[in-house]
Amino acid sequence: MEIINFTPVSAFIGGGLIGLAAALLMLLNGRVAGISGIVGGALVPAKNDSGWRLMFIVGLVVGGLIYQLLGIGPGVGHIQAVAGTPVLIVAGLLVGIGTTIGSGCTSGHGICGLARMSPRSLVAVLSFMGAAFVTVYITRHLIG
Amino acid sequence: MSNQKQMATALLAGIVFGFGLSVAQMIDPAKVVNFLDVFGTWDPSLAFVMGGGLLVNAIATPWIFKRGKPIVADLFHLPTKKTIDKRIVFGGVLFGIGWGLAGYCPGPMLTSLSFFNADILTIVFAYLVGTWVTKQVLARM
Repeated sequence: MEIINFTPVSAFIGGGLIGLAAALLMLLNGRVAGISGIVGGALVPAKNDSGWRLMFIVGLVVGGLIYQLLGIGPGVGHIQAVAGTPVLIVAGLLVGIGTTIGSGCTSGHGICGLARMSPRSLVAVLSFMGAAFVTVYITRHLIG
Repeated sequence: MSNQKQMATALLAGIVFGFGLSVAQMIDPAKVVNFLDVFGTWDPSLAFVMGGGLLVNAIATPWIFKRGKPIVADLFHLPTKKTIDKRIVFGGVLFGIGWGLAGYCPGPMLTSLSFFNADILTIVFAYLVGTWVTKQVLARM
């Protein structure tokens, strides 16, 4: 194992902001900040339930734009996809299918579910983290 | 409660969330995959993202629930399912494979729409298709 690019301070501050955003959405709107759940509910909306979802998603993009415009941290010039188009399509489909079947993703189960000490979310987090570690081991060290 | 107020507060929470993901560099899929590469070039930073998020949210959550109701809505909407079933594991594994392949989980993926390039539009489109089709299938089961 070789540790690289370790940025604990920006990671901790960024994580704190994510936790703050999740707390704000619960305090103000009474909603769990689970991104896959918010997206799923926006795609197949119940009556009068899509407005806040779409605005939250717009907010994510605006938050990304503000970061780019401020030009803080390491910037964004070096960021590029780590996979080609076919793999991006398969990965996108799997993320959509998996988070819908498993009722949540990194934010809903990881940040919100664990904060509420939900055993269901703990099982979900162990499942997707385990599968992701194994996937990267296979693609980088077995067939890479 | 007014729908406009809820839309405004959701926009605010979304902006803070997307900005936080960017500060944490979760919008860089190479960094995410390096976090997942424990046996190679390991970058442990993202464990600190989850640590920071959990710390703030775990402190805030009991205080929020003690208020009894949210500020611009009538009630707290919380997941009702408590059982640990095969679905939560199977779904988690599929999601984890997709996450490991491209380095994008849903939040950073949507935040990265701010780059507006072909790669990000491709994976977001596939993610939306996967979500929509799965919701249709589950609704018929």
